[in-house]
Amino acid sequence: MANGKIIKVSGPLIVAEGLSHANMFDVVRVGQDKLIGEIIEMRGDRASIQVYEETAGIGYGDEVITTGAPLSVELAPGLIENIYDGIQRPLEKIREIAGSNINRGIDVKSVDREREWEFTPSVKVGDKVVSGDIIGTVPETVIVEHRVMVPHGISGEVCEINSGKYKVEDIICKIKTDAGEIKEVSMLQKWPVRVGRPYKEKMPPDVPMITGQRVIDTMFPIAKGGAAAVPGPFGSGKTVVQHQLAKWSDVDIVVYIGCGERGNEMTDVLREFPELRDPKTGESLMKRTVLIANTSDMPVAAREASIYTGITIAEYYRDMGYDVAVIADSTSRWAEALREMSGRLEEMPGEEGYPAYLSSRLAQFYERAGRIYAVCGGERRGSLTAIGAVSPPGGDISEPVAQATLRIVKVFWGLDSSLAYRRHFPAINWLNSYSLYLDRLSGWFDENVSREFMRNRSEAMNLLQLEAELQEIVKLVGIDALSNDDRMTLEAAQIVREDFLQQNAFSDTDSYTPLAKQARLMQLILRYYELGKGAIANGAELRDVFEMSAREKLGRAKDVSNETFMKDYDEIEALMESEIAKLSSKEVQ
Amino acid sequence: MIKEYRTIQEVTGPLMLVKNVTNVAYDELGEVELPSGERRRCKVLEVNGSDVLVQLFESSAGINLAGSKVRFLGHGIELGVSMDMLGRVFDGMGRPKDGGPEILPDERRNINGTPMNPASRNYPDEFIQTGISTIDGLNTLVRGQKLPIFSGSGLPHAQLAAQIARQAKVLRADAKFAVVFAAIGITFEEADFFISDFKRTGAIDRTVLFINLANDPAIERISTPRMALTAAEYLAFEKDMHVLVILTDITNYAEALREVSAARKEVPGRRGYPGYLYTDLATMYERAGRNLDSSGSITMIPILSMPEDDKTHPIPDLTGYITEGQIILSRELYRKNILPPVDVLPSLSRLKDKGIGVGKTREDHAGTMNQLFAAYARGKEAKELMTILGEAALSDIDKLYAKFSDEFEKQYVSQGYDENRSIEETLDLGWKLLSILPKSELKRIKPELIEKYLPEEKKQ
Repeated sequence: MANGKIIKVSGPLIVAEGLSHANMFDVVRVGQDKLIGEIIEMRGDRASIQVYEETAGIGYGDEVITTGAPLSVELAPGLIENIYDGIQRPLEKIREIAGSNINRGIDVKSVDREREWEFTPSVKVGDKVVSGDIIGTVPETVIVEHRVMVPHGISGEVCEINSGKYKVEDIICKIKTDAGEIKEVSMLQKWPVRVGRPYKEKMPPDVPMITGQRVIDTMFPIAKGGAAAVPGPFGSGKTVVQHQLAKWSDVDIVVYIGCGERGNEMTDVLREFPELRDPKTGESLMKRTVLIANTSDMPVAAREASIYTGITIAEYYRDMGYDVAVIADSTSRWAEALREMSGRLEEMPGEEGYPAYLSSRLAQFYERAGRIYAVCGGERRGSLTAIGAVSPPGGDISEPVAQATLRIVKVFWGLDSSLAYRRHFPAINWLNSYSLYLDRLSGWFDENVSREFMRNRSEAMNLLQLEAELQEIVKLVGIDALSNDDRMTLEAAQIVREDFLQQNAFSDTDSYTPLAKQARLMQLILRYYELGKGAIANGAELRDVFEMSAREKLGRAKDVSNETFMKDYDEIEALMESEIAKLSSKEVQ
Repeated sequence: MIKEYRTIQEVTGPLMLVKNVTNVAYDELGEVELPSGERRRCKVLEVNGSDVLVQLFESSAGINLAGSKVRFLGHGIELGVSMDMLGRVFDGMGRPKDGGPEILPDERRNINGTPMNPASRNYPDEFIQTGISTIDGLNTLVRGQKLPIFSGSGLPHAQLAAQIARQAKVLRADAKFAVVFAAIGITFEEADFFISDFKRTGAIDRTVLFINLANDPAIERISTPRMALTAAEYLAFEKDMHVLVILTDITNYAEALREVSAARKEVPGRRGYPGYLYTDLATMYERAGRNLDSSGSITMIPILSMPEDDKTHPIPDLTGYITEGQIILSRELYRKNILPPVDVLPSLSRLKDKGIGVGKTREDHAGTMNQLFAAYARGKEAKELMTILGEAALSDIDKLYAKFSDEFEKQYVSQGYDENRSIEETLDLGWKLLSILPKSELKRIKPELIEKYLPEEKKQ
């Protein structure tokens, strides 16, 4: 087959002619260094190619070779605990080869070919299998059992199955198809990143993803299989929120995509996660995490691919029957990469220079989330939850990326810089954030937490809403104009804000709050509100209610240990009741 | 054999089209020879068939389409680096400007650098004491961080940057320290301020300066910071030095970039800046850091003046998304003669949490920091309320907060440019100010720390 010849180079975009035999979205190798690129446009025998590496040094007449295959990821044991770049090249391996900086044209396999895995078959010779059926398992890490599935498009009868130590490319199983053909199956599969992996059926999401973050779980919960956006200006704590979700979410696998963000943030994840313990399994968090890093200094074209690389890996684990979370920081950088390529292709720009297909691309990404029945003979469920950060310029969410995202996602955690300045973290604004999963999830909360949970939540939300209205009045006429009853409301709302919604990600006790503790703490705060209001109605002094020692204890209640909180909170409640009782009896005298 | 071309087709602004070339690659460095024999440098922006579009690094004045020759040098734009660069002054393109001899380079490096592998980065966590309370106490700088100063025209960012360069030190460590300073389109006076400050303190011997002044060609500014960073990378990762890079003023850099983009008729993004401004800035800022293969580090302090003090302007906005925090200067504080006028609340150091605490600063650092922030924010709110409704409208506790915020500005923020406070002094001052408030308000500090550090007279 003839090779193409470069006729134009403009940054990450090159145009080559003589590629009429190539397909759209084929991966090509460019120039002497064999840089990796992808065909994104064909005109006659001219192909526009986005190159995933720096193109300096490429010139007119250099060769372009098509590989004939679309951009794909390798799926096999060994993905977890790894850090990849946007096109799934292992960064640790690159470091061994090239040192501290990433050079061009490095050719490394995504999955280690030499490592041996202990394969335990779960089918036997003679069994009938279809695509997606599990033929055996591999202990990928101490907590993740890698389930090897029959590749798509293959079904038939198992005519050979091995057990023992194998490398990913070794043949572990042979399947005789109905047509009588023998298909060899290894642990390694490939999947094109731009095509979502199929599933049998989608289910409505009705189980919450518990994150241990009070403002999220209690106020704006997200369902497993849902999609959420975290928009916020710089400095409002997007990345900390994302890291907290990656750390504490009760899912089996986390795929963290650092898309056009700071290098040090990826390093932080890489160095910190191995030290942290998963509250569910007690094992290191890294043992369930896959990292994709295209930091902001890495080539921009690969940024566009990184999101797809990440979500395809996530879908693979979803198909095994796991709950997976994809956390992308930040989708705005991905959109900017789209814009840059679109500009170089000289496409007609849409809003703010973004291509007209921005919102459909975003929708395609978020729609790959969901709770599904996997393709297989039996019944297997998995879920994929997608959480994307959005970095709107100037923090103004009226811009195209934020708006297009909001049309798709069901959960919106709006970060607010004025909260961040006050060091109210997580700076999720309780007045404009929302979760459309509340109704669907209320059944789960009723059953698994308590009947009061949802009621308490709405009472707390009301309290905060009321506070916002009262604050308006205070700003106009001063605090003295308020009735004692209203002042009690302000005090209670302040407790909700400072002692419930605020959560210190860097404190050992406060970083993660189990759901039961969240529910009990909220109950305790509302109890104080109720008792305080009652006492004030009976003529108690405001000052006495605000300054009782139970109130101060309440202010520190979030910091009690996650093991003993029930006892501690019962004590606070008892103290509160006795102090209020004392106040009331004082009035009677 | 290097070919010479006499096929310059057109010159528009900083761009030049050359026809019928062969074997020219994207991003290659070229040299234009004028009929007078003068040489100017340029680089390839686009290859289109046998035509190349090149960007001049200097002014296009005097280029004669018929009489000028272009040569392409077969490599990208490079800087020769060596230890002899310390103490020297270069122009924006890396040529000696101090009348001294040419540098005999150890090696030549492409000024664009290569992206640092996130897997080989070392997380910055060594506390740098700048002697400035608002930075050390509240927005702690660590080695390998990139922390810009967001300023405005007429604000004393230069004084602050010079103070940091002068006072910065790492506790309990003695290591080789160097400053790389890039002046990007600033005035002679401003550049001279830095140079004479470095001379006064003797820091000049440990400093490499790259100077592109306001009257130098604007287009050179695109290379100036990259020259500086290439020198810094050499000193840090090759020679294991701890390098502080000061880049001033990034706004001028972005404007030069906009000029090239406009000349190329690219689709403009916000305010006419190119859509790739984020990526472009990131490839500079991300060169700060530490890696696992050397003991050196690059700590970067870019300075940018926000047009109209607007933080949402694309330059500060995109910078804030890339850098690890920002120090914001406030005109209001400056008018009140509070110096350095660091606006504490919107300022932020993202890496502070890993650089403070036991073994680094002191166990009470995190708690007091959060408490000071929260108290100052509440105090400012109370004061705002006071201006609308009068003091009587405040509750007793809010009056204390208002008093706290005044004292905080007066004592903590306003320390002048010559006072060098140790971290202990800064922390103790924090406690002294917090003691204005009742103990029950100190909710962000652990009770045992309050017992240990709160000044005696307040404890009962």
